[in-house]
Amino acid sequence: MKSKVQISWRGTAVLVYFVLLMLPIYWLINMSLKTNNEILGGLTLLPNAPTFDNYLQIFTDPAWYSGYLNSIAYTVLNTVMSVAVALPAAYAFSRYNFLGDNHLFFWLLTNRMAPAAVFLLPFFQLYQNIGLFDTHLGVALAHMLFNVPLAVWILEGFMSGVPKEIDETAAIDGYSFPRFFFRLFLPLIRSGIGVTAFFTFMFSWVELLLARTLTTVNAKPIAATMTRTVSASGIDWGLLAAAGVLTILPGALVIYFVRNYIAKGFALGRV
Amino acid sequence: MQKTVNHRAWLLVLPVVLSVAFSAILPLMTVVNYSVQDILGPGQRVWVGNEWFIDTVRNPDLHAAFWRNLLFSFQVLLIQIPLGIAVALALPAKGWQASLSLVLIALPLLIPWNVVGTIWQIFGRADIGLGGYFVNNILGLSYNYTLEPRDAWITVLVMDVWHWTPLVALLCYAGLRAIPDPFYQAARIDGARLWSIFWYIQLPKLRGVLLIAVLLRFMDSFMIYTEPFVVTGGGPGTATTFLSIYLSNIAIGQFDLGNGSAFSLIYFLLIQILCFVFYTAILRAGRK
Repeated sequence: MKSKVQISWRGTAVLVYFVLLMLPIYWLINMSLKTNNEILGGLTLLPNAPTFDNYLQIFTDPAWYSGYLNSIAYTVLNTVMSVAVALPAAYAFSRYNFLGDNHLFFWLLTNRMAPAAVFLLPFFQLYQNIGLFDTHLGVALAHMLFNVPLAVWILEGFMSGVPKEIDETAAIDGYSFPRFFFRLFLPLIRSGIGVTAFFTFMFSWVELLLARTLTTVNAKPIAATMTRTVSASGIDWGLLAAAGVLTILPGALVIYFVRNYIAKGFALGRV
Repeated sequence: MQKTVNHRAWLLVLPVVLSVAFSAILPLMTVVNYSVQDILGPGQRVWVGNEWFIDTVRNPDLHAAFWRNLLFSFQVLLIQIPLGIAVALALPAKGWQASLSLVLIALPLLIPWNVVGTIWQIFGRADIGLGGYFVNNILGLSYNYTLEPRDAWITVLVMDVWHWTPLVALLCYAGLRAIPDPFYQAARIDGARLWSIFWYIQLPKLRGVLLIAVLLRFMDSFMIYTEPFVVTGGGPGTATTFLSIYLSNIAIGQFDLGNGSAFSLIYFLLIQILCFVFYTAILRAGRK
């Protein structure tokens, strides 16, 4: 009896939490389906006459949808590059002691702590000088500053969970290091790579300050394009809401694909 | 794990060092360079030594922003860490409910930060936002985040709790799943209550993930910029002018690079020291 009551309490609490969590998002979606007249005319819980005009405007205007594609391009590029360089490094940290390893690890982490506002101008100058300004590669490279340390940190946890005997057995069996690493080792930490990719994708997707500073037209992120909704006649709330909803979608897709990795994956790692 | 000494491991670490150093060291050198000079225009610069640093340390507005930010970070940790643990404990452990919960809970984390700001800017408005309307017209409290400093603070805090508690919850959820079943079976045989299971089994096992959660939440809340900038712009007055917002007002708004650079170096150092303190404190607490 007792446990049943507890479970239902727990269920209710979880339900309330999720309702509160989803309310602001529901409101955004609700607004994105309304005309501005309806939004400003009064509060309605569901749109009176649902309209997709706001979305249509975004999908037909290149200035809008190119921002969307740009964001996806540099985020994917960043995820691939971050995970690729972090894998060997995480292996080194999890298996070997080497000169200055602890200092190096802390230095990597400190790069997450740099206040962005003043680093913007030097970043701007640096990327302009080397010709990476306003390119997807440029933004992806800049985002490595905070994503690589995180990727190393997470992957190192997963790799430490793999017994060292596997490395040694493979060496005795005549596996060369690259063959061992790619054929045996990486499949063992698949879920760790999934979790890492999720986190690097997430932090690159949500970052705006650097992405906006390093781009003007060709690689401008969708989140920066959203300032277009403010005009002399005020804010176009419906359009703003629609753009907002669209920025949530890729994230939702990514979570859907890695959902099992999140649950299983974390359990293996030290994270 | 027993590690072997192998200095050639540097070769494996090299790509990481190069890729991070590229974006870290050159800009940092530039900032150091700015912080000791007064830049009047292209080619016109005067060496000022430590003047900017002295200015910065004595600036009362900055002190106010610092304490405001510290209070904010403190409140953020105080709410989000316990709430995150509670949510993780309450979430279903298996089946489709678990998958669905994870997808839903991770959703706020994948929204660009300025969109988070936009969501709450809309949600909190008394005329067109559900939240603002509810508080004003149904609870009957007067609430306006653009005019009332207290309301602006609460809005930013609630927004941060909404946005980031899921991260703490996800990390703790993963930590909980890593506890092997025999631990619970042993506890059941001993007749342990839920509270003692939590206190003696679950919480100690969560130490590692909580360390990460506290560090990440502290760092990010101490550097919070985009969300309050979109919602309140640092106002009304200076009610939500956190350190980053104050910094960008100086560096970008007034284009005062010397002051801004000195400020950001001190800021950077401060965050590192505070994080280091947290780090060692939590590690020590776990060892005793």
